[in-house]
Amino acid sequence: MSRFADLFMGMLGAAPKKPEKVTDQVQKIMFLKYEDKDRYIKEKLHAREHHAISHKWRNRRWAVLIATNLLFVFSFWLDIQILEGALTASRFVGFHLIDLNSALQVMLAHKHIIVNLVIGTFTVFLLWVLLGGRTFCSWVCPYHLLAEWTEALHLKLVEKKIVTDHEFHRGTRTVFWLLFALLAIVTGYTVFETLSPTGILSRALIYGPGLALGWVGLLLLFETFYSRRAWCRYVCPIGLTYGAVGAISPLQITYHVEHCFHEGDCRKVCLVPHVLDVTVKGRASEEQMGLGPDCTRCGLCVDICPSGALRYEVKGLSKLL
Amino acid sequence: MNTPAEIPRKPAISIEKAQKARRKFLRSVGLAGGVIGLSLLGYIPLVNARNTKLRPPGALNEADFLSSCIKCGQCVQVCPVQAIKLGDLDDGFGIGVPYIESRDQACDFSCDAVQCILACPTGALTYKKPAFMNVREGALLAAAPILKAKEKDAENTLNLKERTGIARLARPESCLAVQGKGFKGQARGAAFKGTMRYMDVDRWKPIPVRDHPYDLPLCDLCVRECPVKNAIELRPLTGSDGVARMTPVVLEPCVGCGVCEMICPVEPAAIVIDAQATWKGEQA
Ligand code: SF4
Ligand code: SF4
Ligand code: SF4
Ligand code: SF4
Repeated sequence: MSRFADLFMGMLGAAPKKPEKVTDQVQKIMFLKYEDKDRYIKEKLHAREHHAISHKWRNRRWAVLIATNLLFVFSFWLDIQILEGALTASRFVGFHLIDLNSALQVMLAHKHIIVNLVIGTFTVFLLWVLLGGRTFCSWVCPYHLLAEWTEALHLKLVEKKIVTDHEFHRGTRTVFWLLFALLAIVTGYTVFETLSPTGILSRALIYGPGLALGWVGLLLLFETFYSRRAWCRYVCPIGLTYGAVGAISPLQITYHVEHCFHEGDCRKVCLVPHVLDVTVKGRASEEQMGLGPDCTRCGLCVDICPSGALRYEVKGLSKLL
Repeated sequence: MNTPAEIPRKPAISIEKAQKARRKFLRSVGLAGGVIGLSLLGYIPLVNARNTKLRPPGALNEADFLSSCIKCGQCVQVCPVQAIKLGDLDDGFGIGVPYIESRDQACDFSCDAVQCILACPTGALTYKKPAFMNVREGALLAAAPILKAKEKDAENTLNLKERTGIARLARPESCLAVQGKGFKGQARGAAFKGTMRYMDVDRWKPIPVRDHPYDLPLCDLCVRECPVKNAIELRPLTGSDGVARMTPVVLEPCVGCGVCEMICPVEPAAIVIDAQATWKGEQA
């Protein structure tokens, strides 16, 4: 199987695999790294010491996420009409924008498609093909922000041994995607939308709170006390839809094995650590590798990596420059 | 791959690991069952649909409407009198779907062009239903409704094919006109927040109903404020007590907008909208 297919299967839930073939350059890099152990350890400590803890990408991302959601809110409240509607469907200065997963649910349930729906879906499709991966998740989805804070709380509780993390099989998200699609077709209702915290939060922000926030609260409690980031990791079909669309995107986080000390700081902060499997010693097959389509482009790993082995990059551009 | 891939022998899995995997699998099944089960609770409000909701103008038939609405609220945003609200979790699959609570704030067509329909991206609200969708008997309006507010304009009709419901004098005994009584004051009291467009005040800006008091020898508020021409009229009521009495009679052009229900000054309203009901001939 090609690497692309492997990554895609990884997003659907398959366990990451060891590479079948490792290029000569990588073998050389690995050899050089470990040839002189003392030097390697020294470099490692040096890198750690000089790594200023930065939240550059996180801050940018939070700013974008909050600004986008506030733009929705203010467009309605102050009647400035820039971004009208909610995250499920909206109009940006007149252009239709329609969330791919919501559109899919409506098309499957209603079995009838009108032109505006197609136009709006197409604009969004292009946008996320360009931005890639699950950029929507970490840069736009309001649930992501709450879940990110809850996750931090969960990790603190785990550290203090107050709670333990319960993992589910990552493939459940794929099963959910299929089940929700099937339910929409069979029942004729957009069943997923009744539970989607993304839609619920977006509407609550814009049109005012309601009972539905109780459901979001329950989800957050579940994630705090039982299972880390459960909704996004194991359930939400939106993430999978965007992941599939963004799979071919030129924008990605790339991993440079040469700089990596294989300590896995990145895997500890990542919402989808399986995409960072390449950072495990012996898992990289090429010098430079783009992370899989499940990566949300959140940049937490970029911020935390002490040696700069992970970077935002546009595919092919670094070679051109 | 020119060397035949070596088939790695599966390491014997320790009992503990196997158990862990099994627990993880069962947990995952539980999660899937739980979430799907919860999502199907959305059916409950449909099954015991006691209170059918009044949908915005141009809404498809209920089942089609629920499936096609993408829950974006663009219809909410364009409505100048903010008549449209979105359903909550207790509406099941109707969560995020727009409805109108006429008694609190009716759609009085202040927008002139049924803008909610214009705003809807999915065709859940539509000027023209696709051919294959059935029109319920009595839902179709005999003619394009004439908007009283635009009566003098070149284009004086509303682009609306079907009614959203129909008005009904539900409590004739409490109707002031039937009792032969007049009405003086603010139609819904000083605390009422609903707004409405009054042509003689400002054609473009709806004002609070409480800012527009009345002084009527015989109450005819539902007829007076009905935005649609010939949708409702007062007819003399033959009584034996000699008092001049009248009764409102709802006519075929009624689109079910709900203004009469909102403006009716008695509590509870004598006239109400039967949401999603259709025209069945003149009801006495
Ligand atoms: S997985 Fe779903 S809920 Fe989580 S961030 Fe992505 S869209 Fe939002
Ligand atoms: S790999 Fe990095 S950028 Fe991608 S989701 Fe994980 S932490 Fe975020
Ligand atoms: S504009 Fe259309 S799709 Fe959006 S909430 Fe209103 S009826 Fe639903
Ligand atoms: S009779 Fe009532 S519901 Fe019917 S059009 Fe007039 S105000 Fe609207």
